[in-house]
Amino acid sequence: MKAVETPVKKKEIDHPMEPLLRMDRIPHIWCPTCGIGTAVTAFVAAMEQLEMNLDKVCVVSGIGCTGRVAGYIKLDSFHTTHGRAIPFATGLALGNPELKVVVFSGDGDLIAIGGNHFIHAARRNVDLKVFCVNNFNYAMTGGQVGPTTPLTAKGTTAPYGAFEHPFNLPYLAESCGATYVARWTALHIRRLTNSMAEALQKPGFSFIEIIAPCSTLYARRNRLGTGLDLMKFYHDNSVIKHGADTKDVDIEFQKDIVVGTFVNEERPTFLDAMNERLGHVLGDKYVKYGGQDA
Amino acid sequence: MPEIRFSGYGGQGIIRSGFIVGKACSLYDEKHATLNQAFGPEARGSACSAQVVVSDDRVLYPYITIPDILVSMSQEAYDKFEPELQKKGLLLIDEDLVRPKPIRDKITMYAIPATRMAEEMGNRIFANLVMLGFFTAMSDVVSADAMRKAIPGSVPDRFLDKNLEAFNKGYDFGMALKGAKKEPSPQKKAQAEPKAKAKKA
Amino acid sequence: MKADPKGVLTGAHYLDGDHAITEGALAAGCRFFAGYPITPSTETAERFAERIPTIGGVFIQMEDELGSIAAVLGAAWAGRKAMTVTSGPGFSLMMENFGLGAMMEVPCVIANVQRGGPSTGLPTLTGQADMMQVRWGSHGDYEIIALSPNSPQECFELTIKAFNLSEQYRVPTFVMTDECVGHMTEKVVIPPADEIELTPRRWYDGPKDEYLPYLPDDDMVPPIIKAGDGYRIHTTGLTHDERGYPVINAECQEKCVRRLLEKIQKHADKIIEIEEEATNNAEVIVMSYGITSRVALKAVEEARKAGIRVGILRLITVWPFPEKRVNALSKKIKAWVVPEINYGQMVLEVERCAAGQAKTIHVPHGGGWVHDPADILKAIKEAVR
Repeated sequence: MKAVETPVKKKEIDHPMEPLLRMDRIPHIWCPTCGIGTAVTAFVAAMEQLEMNLDKVCVVSGIGCTGRVAGYIKLDSFHTTHGRAIPFATGLALGNPELKVVVFSGDGDLIAIGGNHFIHAARRNVDLKVFCVNNFNYAMTGGQVGPTTPLTAKGTTAPYGAFEHPFNLPYLAESCGATYVARWTALHIRRLTNSMAEALQKPGFSFIEIIAPCSTLYARRNRLGTGLDLMKFYHDNSVIKHGADTKDVDIEFQKDIVVGTFVNEERPTFLDAMNERLGHVLGDKYVKYGGQDA
Repeated sequence: MPEIRFSGYGGQGIIRSGFIVGKACSLYDEKHATLNQAFGPEARGSACSAQVVVSDDRVLYPYITIPDILVSMSQEAYDKFEPELQKKGLLLIDEDLVRPKPIRDKITMYAIPATRMAEEMGNRIFANLVMLGFFTAMSDVVSADAMRKAIPGSVPDRFLDKNLEAFNKGYDFGMALKGAKKEPSPQKKAQAEPKAKAKKA
Repeated sequence: MKADPKGVLTGAHYLDGDHAITEGALAAGCRFFAGYPITPSTETAERFAERIPTIGGVFIQMEDELGSIAAVLGAAWAGRKAMTVTSGPGFSLMMENFGLGAMMEVPCVIANVQRGGPSTGLPTLTGQADMMQVRWGSHGDYEIIALSPNSPQECFELTIKAFNLSEQYRVPTFVMTDECVGHMTEKVVIPPADEIELTPRRWYDGPKDEYLPYLPDDDMVPPIIKAGDGYRIHTTGLTHDERGYPVINAECQEKCVRRLLEKIQKHADKIIEIEEEATNNAEVIVMSYGITSRVALKAVEEARKAGIRVGILRLITVWPFPEKRVNALSKKIKAWVVPEINYGQMVLEVERCAAGQAKTIHVPHGGGWVHDPADILKAIKEAVR
């Protein structure tokens, strides 16, 4: 069996996304109406829109439902350990600065067990595109609460409702130094696609939160209806506010969800800063880093 | 196979002293020298020491057991380490910083105002190099030539001359004390120093 | 292939073991270092941070040891030779991703400058109590390679060797030194670059569309590619098939994990390096490694003066353990004497391999210092009594 096939021309294929998906692994494991597939669709569309050199794009995931994204995207893709997608991706990105490294993982993986790496990668402005699917719970393991579960929402480990204050992810990302911060829901496919394309073109630490329905666990346990009901909820309750102060974009249980591009600014990346500082101090002795042969 | 302990308080360049002697012995005197330092969480001000084991053969046991030579540049270090010095050992002290007890057994002691001499040169940070010069003169562990080769690269480049000067001052002080002929100049190759009979302190 | 002169500090130096590890890594072509400061290993990281800017590469101080080892694995997939260094508590934190490294078959090097444990233990004092942890500490079945230097010179040499073995067998390889050797300063001779032989990465060179990331060569080791070369591979910590795709069943588990074990086990004879002296005519053999092997020699010298026929077996490769040799020697001797700075680790391997043919006398030391040679001598005398 061939593991890697050169992308074939579109007219010969069954599905327009086929060149970027591992069709030999489909059907995927995600439930019907899960929002992760939508996020993957937006990601693939963003890459096609940009006509990038896809050989240089890597996807790194951790563990969880969204952690499986790396397994379905036909790019160099790394399915790592729980919480360690960002530092693994940091090694990839710094090991070869020509790579465009995307971290695709869930809220529990990136923000709970991997939270320390998240804040430090943002602080360093490592050139990573972090796409975080937030479904408000640990879905792979059966619907436990996590650091993003809204107050009063139920999970198997909070059967009487969550009472811990959840993270406001855009605010967290911005305060740690992310230079691009956006939030969309799985309903905002076109805007999410454009946002991903924007992030992919921007050097530095970019963060996009994708609010996604988990109908099997989160919605069912909280009596929020079907996946369609959740999408309808997003439709009725999403408020687009570009440039909103991230302090104000907290998510409360079944209240308005503020979406949009909140932060888009310039700051030297880790490698820019390293090259600048070491070049400044060491002068000609410094061997500038960048590129595979450096 | 002399076992040497350099001791003082953190910040005096004690570890550096051990490093320079070990480097001189093993790179320029064809001997084996193993340096170990007593590590502690303390950085400045408390008693610290460097241990150097010098041997013609490979050093197996990496620490000193019963030191043959103790160099003390603080009272606290002297009080702590003097009792372990072997009965016929050599004791070198900074005379302004250590008030020694009466000499026990057959220990030979020599004193030098290393810190005062360094201050006269402009900075007490050179005291360890004055002491190293003195150590080189008073012991048969390492040649002055090897020491002078070992100092460059072991001290900040911008202070190299000052450090060499401090070393020479300590060395000359020691040689004078031994009543031996001074070396004509640092540039000429120093042969093994004439062994002067140790003066009982 | 020969070392790149850019990283080779040819000449005679007076270096401590920690610094010598850095020089070994740079000579071996390591151009990526991710680490977190921890006594007594920090000097290795500090020297790398100081040296790498004029050689060309990256030093990054990570937020913790979990991140450090993850970044090393990522950098290795980017095509770099990469390493990290740590000690007890940090080593414990790295365990999960050692398993990922073994599972994804990532060439990389980890140095552990051991200190006394458990927990925070003795940050500034020596120990050899992570010897079983390095072999078994991550969950599941896997194999690694571990080496144990007993001098700064060997810290340099064995770090290069560790890189070579990790490339040859695509396995995380460990330099298991300790605080005493790490903080000991001795003469280290670094040869010219053209005298340093390096094992290149096993790059795949077949047709691009036929590449299977986990299809092994005849020696059970699969050739590798690097991210960005257009192979568009998938790799995972899950049990996987030759495509690198997860397959969650017993058949795939058997095939996947057995090869991870056998690629090391079947090459054990080639991997293992031990030092033996006077073992052929010995009545007792002292087996030791790292700093303890030097201390033990003092005891051996004394024992020989007392007329005891003592042999020496020093582990340079600690894992895989030289089980065949220990078994063969056990037929000829009365006893093994095994001093180590722990309460009984590698001695268990000796006992297992001796299989009742010779006594095994352990000389434990809880850590914080090296053995008193007299204690080892006492055990040698007891062995022949």
